[in-house]
Amino acid sequence: MDSQELASIASRVRRHIIRAIHQAGSGHPGGSLSCADILVALYFSAMRIRPDEPDWEDRDRLVLSKGHACPALYAVLAERGFFPVEELDSLRKLGSMLQGHPDMKRTPGVEASTGSLGQGLSQAVGMALALKLDRRPARVYVLLGDGELQEGQVWEAAMAAAHYRLDNLTAIVDFNGLQIDGRIEHVMSPLPLVDKWQAFNWAVHQCDGHNMDALIGALSWVGKVTGAPSVIIARTVKGRGVSFMENVADWHGKAPDAEKTKVALSELGGAGVGR
Amino acid sequence: MAGKATREAYGDALVELGAVYEELVVLDADLSKSTMTAKFQKAYPERFFNIGIAEQNLMGIAAGMAAAGKIPFASTFAIFATGRAWEQVRNTIAYPAHNVKIAASHAGITVGPDGASHQALEDIALMRVIPGMTVLVPADAWETRQVVEAAIKHKGPVYIRLGRPAVPDIYDETYRFRIGEASLLCDGDDVAIVAAGYMVHVALSARDILAREGVSARVINMCSVKPLDSSVLLRAALECKAVVTAEEHSIIGGLGSAVAEFLAERCPVPVRRVGVRDLFGQSGEPGELLQAYGLTPEDIVEEALEAIRAR
Repeated sequence: MDSQELASIASRVRRHIIRAIHQAGSGHPGGSLSCADILVALYFSAMRIRPDEPDWEDRDRLVLSKGHACPALYAVLAERGFFPVEELDSLRKLGSMLQGHPDMKRTPGVEASTGSLGQGLSQAVGMALALKLDRRPARVYVLLGDGELQEGQVWEAAMAAAHYRLDNLTAIVDFNGLQIDGRIEHVMSPLPLVDKWQAFNWAVHQCDGHNMDALIGALSWVGKVTGAPSVIIARTVKGRGVSFMENVADWHGKAPDAEKTKVALSELGGAGVGR
Repeated sequence: MAGKATREAYGDALVELGAVYEELVVLDADLSKSTMTAKFQKAYPERFFNIGIAEQNLMGIAAGMAAAGKIPFASTFAIFATGRAWEQVRNTIAYPAHNVKIAASHAGITVGPDGASHQALEDIALMRVIPGMTVLVPADAWETRQVVEAAIKHKGPVYIRLGRPAVPDIYDETYRFRIGEASLLCDGDDVAIVAAGYMVHVALSARDILAREGVSARVINMCSVKPLDSSVLLRAALECKAVVTAEEHSIIGGLGSAVAEFLAERCPVPVRRVGVRDLFGQSGEPGELLQAYGLTPEDIVEEALEAIRAR
C-alpha cells in the first residue's frame, strides 16, 4: 500500500473519530487526531496481524498506552476489518464493545486495557519478554502520549526494557506538545525527549508523525535495531486535520456539537454527520 | 510442632511446580531472598525476572506476560504489592482478568522489627474489594503448597498472603485445599473461631484454653477469604450462635469484615473480631507485637466469651 492510499485511509479514520465522538457526546478528539496517521501506518503497513484471527499467537501487538485516544484505535481496527465500521456509532454507550477507554475483554484487536496513564509500557515490556522467552517473531508496539511521560512508571518500564535488551519492543511517542492543562513544558516538562530515552539506553529515531513516508521509514528502521528497545519520537499536531482543534488544548477532551462536527467533517473531506 | 514460614513453603512450591507448569514465570522486585523466589531463580534462571525496586512496573510486566500466555507469579512485600501498586493491580491486572498471581510476603504484624512501614495490615482489604480477585491466606507450609497449585490451576488474578516467621505445621502431605472451601479443624458448638493465616494456630491454642473452661469451640481455617466458604460459615452461625474471627490484619476490611458482612445479611449472630484495632504497627519481636496488639490465644478466648455472653 503506498503512502497516498494510507493517507486516504487516515482521512476516513479522522472522519470516524469526529462522528463517533460527536455521537457519543464526549471523548477525546485532540489526541485521537494527533495519532491517527501513526496508527494507520502501523495497522496498514508495519504490523503482521490477522483481523479474522485476532488471537493469532505470532501477531504483532499494539498497546495504546494513551488509552483516551481509543476513538482513533477503534476507527483503525474497524477499517482494518476487526469489527464492522457500524460499531463505531456505539462508542461510549451502555453495553457497547467500544468503551470510553480500551477494554481488551470487549473489543477484538485491542491488546491491553488502558486509560490510566503510564501503565502501557510496562504491559508491553511483559509481552515482549514473554514473546522472547517463547522465541516468537512478533513485535510489540506501544503508543505513548508526551504528557504521559510525566508518569514515573513509564521510566521504570523504560529501564526494564533496556535492561532486558528488548529489541522486539518499539515505543512511539505522540509528541503533540499539549496536555489537558496546557503546553507540556508549562505543566511539567518531560523534555528533552531524545536525551532522556537515549540515557535510558533506547535507540531513538525522530520523524514527522503526519508524513506517511516518514512514518513507514521509521517503522522499518526499528527492525534494524538489535540488542535494545527502539523509540520513535513522532512530532504531531494535536487536533490535526480540523482547523479549529489544531494546537488547542481545550479540544483534548471535548465533543464537537452538530455545527462544529459539520465543519470538521467538511475540512476532512467528507460531508454531513452521517456516514 | 516443627514448621516453616509460609514464604519459605512458597519458594519451595514454586521450584516443585515450575517443573510441572512450563508457563509458570516468577517476577520479583529486589526482595527475592526474602520472598524466597530466589529458590525458583536458582532452579529456573531463564524464567525468573528481577524487575528491580519498581513495584508498579512489576505488576504491569506481570500483566503483559499473562496477556502473552504465561502464568506469572509477582512477588514482593505485601505492603508494596497491594499498597504502592494498588491501582496497577486494579486496572492492569484485575480489570482485564489477567492470569497473574500476586504472592506477597511479610504480611501482618509478625514482620517484627522492621516496623510499621513494612507491616501490611490493610492488604486483605485492598485486594478483597477488587472485582474478580481471589484472596488466599494459607496457615502453614502444607497449605501454602496447596494454595500455590490451586492458584496456578485457577484462571484469573489471585492474591496470596504470606508471612515472615515460621509457623507450626497444622496439616500434613495428605491435606487438599480448594478455593472457596474452608477447613474445619475441630468441631464444637458453643462458639466458632474463624481464623486465617498465622492466627490459625493461635486459634487452636485458644480452643484448648476454652476447652479447659468447659467451652466447646469450633475452629475453622478460612484460608479462602474471597470467595468465602458461605456454607461452612452459615452452619457455624446456626449451630454455635456466636462467632469470633482472628487475623493478623486490621479489623477493618479483612476476614473479620468479610465474615461480619456475610452473617449480618444471612444469619445475624454475635460476632467479635480479633485483629489490629485501627492502628499502625511498630518495631518489636513478633511475639511482643502479637501481645501488644491483642492477637494472643487469650485475646481470642476473651472475645469468644464475649460473643457467647452476647447471644
